[in-house]
Amino acid sequence: MTDTPANDVAARAEDRSAALVRKRYRAERRFRMYGLAAIMAALGMLTVLLFSIVSSGLPAFTTTQVALNLTFDAGDIDPDGSTDPAKLASGNYRGALLKSLRAEFPGAETRKGRRDAINMISNEVTFVMRDMVLADPSIIGTTQRVWVKSSADIDQLAKGSIDRALPESDRRVNNRQLGWFEKLEREDRVKTTFNTTFFTTADSREPEQAGILGAVVGSALTLLITLLLSFPVGVMSAVYLEEFAPKNRWTDVIEVNINNLAAVPSIVFGLLGLAVFLNFFALPRSAPVVGGMVLALMTLPTIIIASRAALKAVPPSIREAALGMGASRLQTVTHHVLPLAMPGILTGTIIGMAQALGETAPLLMIGMVAFIVDIPQGFTDPATVLPVQVFLWADAPERAFVERTSAAIMVLLTFLIMMNLFAVLLRKKFERRW
Amino acid sequence: MNSLILIAVLLVLSAIGYQMGRKRALAGTGGQIKGLHSLPSYYGSYVALWCALPALLVIAFWLALQSGIVDSLLISGLPASVQALSEGQLNLLLSDIRNLAAGDITSKTPDPMVQAAAERYNDLRSTGFAAMVVVGLALGIGGLTIGWRAINPSFRARPRVEKIVHWVLILASAIAVLTTIGIVLSLLFESIRFFNRVPPAEFLFGLNWSPQTALRADQVGATGAFGAIPIFAGTFLITIIAMLVAVPIGLFSAIYMAEYASPRFRAIVKPILEILAGIPTVVYGFFAALTIAPLFRGFGESVGLDVASESALAAGVVMGLMIIPFVSSLSDDVINAVPQSLRDGSFAMGATHSETIKQVIIPAALPGIVGSVLLATSRAIGETMIVVMAAGLAANLTANPFEAVTTVTVQIVTLLVGDQEFDSSKTLAAFALGLVLFVITLCLNVVALTVVRKYREKYD
Repeated sequence: MTDTPANDVAARAEDRSAALVRKRYRAERRFRMYGLAAIMAALGMLTVLLFSIVSSGLPAFTTTQVALNLTFDAGDIDPDGSTDPAKLASGNYRGALLKSLRAEFPGAETRKGRRDAINMISNEVTFVMRDMVLADPSIIGTTQRVWVKSSADIDQLAKGSIDRALPESDRRVNNRQLGWFEKLEREDRVKTTFNTTFFTTADSREPEQAGILGAVVGSALTLLITLLLSFPVGVMSAVYLEEFAPKNRWTDVIEVNINNLAAVPSIVFGLLGLAVFLNFFALPRSAPVVGGMVLALMTLPTIIIASRAALKAVPPSIREAALGMGASRLQTVTHHVLPLAMPGILTGTIIGMAQALGETAPLLMIGMVAFIVDIPQGFTDPATVLPVQVFLWADAPERAFVERTSAAIMVLLTFLIMMNLFAVLLRKKFERRW
Repeated sequence: MNSLILIAVLLVLSAIGYQMGRKRALAGTGGQIKGLHSLPSYYGSYVALWCALPALLVIAFWLALQSGIVDSLLISGLPASVQALSEGQLNLLLSDIRNLAAGDITSKTPDPMVQAAAERYNDLRSTGFAAMVVVGLALGIGGLTIGWRAINPSFRARPRVEKIVHWVLILASAIAVLTTIGIVLSLLFESIRFFNRVPPAEFLFGLNWSPQTALRADQVGATGAFGAIPIFAGTFLITIIAMLVAVPIGLFSAIYMAEYASPRFRAIVKPILEILAGIPTVVYGFFAALTIAPLFRGFGESVGLDVASESALAAGVVMGLMIIPFVSSLSDDVINAVPQSLRDGSFAMGATHSETIKQVIIPAALPGIVGSVLLATSRAIGETMIVVMAAGLAANLTANPFEAVTTVTVQIVTLLVGDQEFDSSKTLAAFALGLVLFVITLCLNVVALTVVRKYREKYD
């Protein structure tokens, strides 16, 4: 009996502490897992987002064409046999198209059949026929095999987005159209081509004719105004606050004010634009110049804060050396400090511009949501921008517009990624450690 | 476009002024720089500034005020019977006149009164433009002459130019303050007009929101009720859901990034997380409406729940996803700022890493973390596109996240998008909501920024 109760207690306590340590290490591993799981959750959701956009947007970059035998009937297009282009331009191309469709699709004679046949192809085909006749009047009276753009519904059918096995009432393409389309497929008269229309036209009610060029041009005009206004003003106020301003109440007010302005919801800037620029100064609605001014006010704090940080990073020895050589304070800044801070300032400006490019809400307030089919020509023309175009298309019920919305988002994201990459490269190339 | 040409002409003129100023200064000393007070370029800049600044300022004001003045002149020239029309009808008439003046084809043959007014409108505009050209050029040439005549070798050009530049810099930094003043004044001014029609108590505490005001006197069901409580409740609900998603994920990511992750992992994952902050909000809105909302709806149906297709849940979750980086990157900075000595002390006492984090680092970093959460909340409250695209329009007073609710920003957008007369209670209500939004986010920001700054000072 050498074991004393005290030893016994000690042995048991040791056991318990080992268990406790194991428990604490388990807690440690669990905690670590939570952290990793949080990051994975965020990355997972990002992946789902990008995947869903890309997978629904990719089909929009292709479009379906069908080969039709179009008869350029002289009686419809050119009843009096003249070759005057003005007369030719006003010919009855729809009549000629309907005759061709009747020959092409059995069953297109009835009123309903005719509508089905017309809905097979894009309604721009009559303009294509007109342009062909104007380019070469000798085709009048002949029949030509022409590749024409299909309608958006047929395009969806060809891409497999419309399930052919569904009952007729549940799909947008009826049995008669499906039969015609399958006949065209059998005769190898359907092909898929790159969708150039998407990059060369502005908005349209017809999905197959809708494009983003108008919105891209609108975005470019708006951003140009934003850059021209916010870059000089932002840099100048950063220079003043960082290099010249005395430390007093007034500069404190400006500083607090800039920090708060950076966190004001963007829609409030839209309200400001509506009340001041549109209603007080009576500037035009929907114009890139007003959009650019609103976005300039919005990006100004970003540029000022980034520029100040860049100016602060320039060591005081540079300033002292310049002042010691007899330069004035302004000369010190413009000849030495500003050039050294420029890479940082430009990086901040590009990031601010990227924000402005993705901004939608304030532009809704100043009327840049109009449906605009023309590509804007100047700063006061009605225009829309890429994110607003996304917003407009997202509202459209057609499946073809869902595709185009995602595709427009892909274009928008591409622009943003390029801008940010440029900013990163700029920083990498010119970053200096003092 | 024509005013752009005028501005270009003025800039060319001031470039000429620059050369003239240089030449005159050098001519005064016979081409010797030594005899000049300042470098020749300062003499040139002095003349160029005199030439360009006054003229450009006047043109800017002119352009800003011209259309308003032309309109009021046009209205005062119209017959008295027309001037008595209501504001809305007058605006319609004005846009008719403008369209006709711009040469747009109208379907009906224009009324002779409108025809005459359109001609007058064109007259006024061309007279106004001609006057602007004359005044602008006169100011440019006049300024150039004044500047040029002032120049002689002993003229102190550099201090003068630097003085002007100094004032320009001050002016530039005042623009940020002017923007704030502009926001406050425009919101206040329109809100006061709104509160003249609807008492503030009804707006702030009313339970019924249906902003359809009657266009005709005999219209049914369009009395217009402006009780904003359901909207505030909806905003609150969606914000809570967003924060429930963003705070745990953001905070745990920040802790992992700051405490556990290897530098390599951090260098790769941190920028990827920041992508979430760079994606435009309209993309999140589309994602919420297209992918997440149907997903939740389908899931709800499968377990027997009735989930609205514009549920608060879908909008809230996606908004939470968007603000994860706001929480995580600020908290990351804050955790990194906790001094290493605190960690070392805790490790030396035998604490595991997670115990150190929970019991030492988080309490030390708490003010900063709270600040970052407040900033993220203010983002969520002010966020517009996600809720416009994925949340509802009807103002339901409910706490059920599966139902559709509406938010302050959604209402602002729906009240103001589209054509309507500017003076109805409906549009003014949007400004009152904007004022509430501005005040709430401002308070959150001020508190958050103060907390974060205090915290930084503590450990710096």
